[in-house]
Amino acid sequence: MNKKSKSLLSIASALLISASLSTSAVMAKEGSEEGSNALEEGKNLAFTRKKGNCLACHLIIGGISPGNIAPPLVAMQQRFPDKAVLRAQIYDASKNNSETMMPLFGRYEVLTKDELDKVVDYIYSL
Amino acid sequence: MNKIISKLIFVCIAWTIASTAYADPDKDQTVLGDYFKNRFPGVALEEYANGAYSFDSIGRESWEAIEEFPPYEIFVDDGQEMWETPFANGKGYKDCFANGPAIAQNYPHWDKKKSMVMTLPLALNNCREANGEKPLKYKKGSINNLLSYVTFQSRGNKTNVVVPKDDAGAMAAYEEGKAFYFTRRGQLNMSCASCHIQNAGNMIRSENLSMSMGHTTHFPVYRSKWGTVGTLHRRFTGCNKQVRAKPFKAQGQEYRNLEYYLTYMSNGLELNGPGARK
Ligand code: HEC
Ligand code: HEC
Repeated sequence: MNKKSKSLLSIASALLISASLSTSAVMAKEGSEEGSNALEEGKNLAFTRKKGNCLACHLIIGGISPGNIAPPLVAMQQRFPDKAVLRAQIYDASKNNSETMMPLFGRYEVLTKDELDKVVDYIYSL
Repeated sequence: MNKIISKLIFVCIAWTIASTAYADPDKDQTVLGDYFKNRFPGVALEEYANGAYSFDSIGRESWEAIEEFPPYEIFVDDGQEMWETPFANGKGYKDCFANGPAIAQNYPHWDKKKSMVMTLPLALNNCREANGEKPLKYKKGSINNLLSYVTFQSRGNKTNVVVPKDDAGAMAAYEEGKAFYFTRRGQLNMSCASCHIQNAGNMIRSENLSMSMGHTTHFPVYRSKWGTVGTLHRRFTGCNKQVRAKPFKAQGQEYRNLEYYLTYMSNGLELNGPGARK
């Protein structure tokens, strides 16, 4: 960023504040946008073939032509009151079922920690 | 309920792999056959040779339409020409395979002298090399023409793989092939059995998973995805790659032993190759 645009930015932000917008409202707005962006990212990671590819086996509402190998991913918060249990299932499905078909997304590093967190957040929102 | 029984039986099949002191190929085939019979109550055994089309009625319709103008026909014709054209030394395939060309049902077999599993592609190349010709590649290319011709001529013959019980080498090769089938591989951590036994009949995304029995009757196969005919070992390569496992060498020991086990599981089923698939 050059000096000129930097100073433009600081003028702009000064204007924003002096326009007596409530700073907390601005923050809340940014926060929710960030939140839905992260969920969107989680959704993309869950749907993309090269990453989660959850649709290969699970029905997720909004996903096209899902497989039928595994239970539908619906009503997740009722079924997984404890989010950590959900995370553990996605991290290493073999802990619950040694014959599982589900890839061990965390343990075998199919997803990075950050990606896994985003997928868990998204699945938890279903 | 059926699903639970299926799951239990699958665990039993997997367990016998680890626990049997010595191999019993016939028993393996019976156990597997009973498992599929339970899983596919409406499907006749002979139908297994048609893979997923034995239970996927929608896929079957377009498959039957394709079979009216078989895309592999031209490969069969080209293969016939190869079979009948003499090598530079004047000899030909006929001199290597006295009972040819309808010989596909005799492969793979245990070659006692070489102490290894002999497959049809390998035998064809051995014939070429013995007559001063270059060997053909094992996944793509003109070996598929020859295989298409031989397989087409062998249609109607029954798969008849023999594992001589008095030969420790043959038994070990069979066992290795079987172990391969049940071993999880790749970053996605799946075995052949995960898809083609445990989940046979289920859909992985929009693909119907076929049962392992019947997998070998129709190779080489014309695949629309390939736009050509390809060998069984090419298919093995693809299925290994799907789970991000490093594929093995076509016609190397691992895939030959795998073919030995897998073809044995289809014993008694009629050869119906070349096939056509998505
Ligand atoms: C290749 C198949 C496959 C894929 C891909 C897959 N799963 Fe699964 N999943 C299963 C199976 C099968 C089960 C049932 C439990 C078992 O057999 O381990 C399961 C169970 C679950 C469960 C527990 C559901 C319940 O009702 O108890 C959750 C949550 C889950 N999977 C999430 C995911 C997520 C998120 C992804 C993608 C990032 C994913 N799965 C990808 C096969 C798969
Ligand atoms: C992730 C799932 C998966 C795994 C693991 C897998 N396959 Fe497949 N395989 C498929 C799918 C999907 C097809 C195409 C649909 C069908 O015919 O089943 C297929 C097709 C095949 C076919 C052709 C079937 C036909 O009718 O022409 C053969 C043979 C085969 N697989 C063998 C294997 C072997 C051997 C292994 C292990 C090395 C293996 N597969 C592992 C998913 C898998």
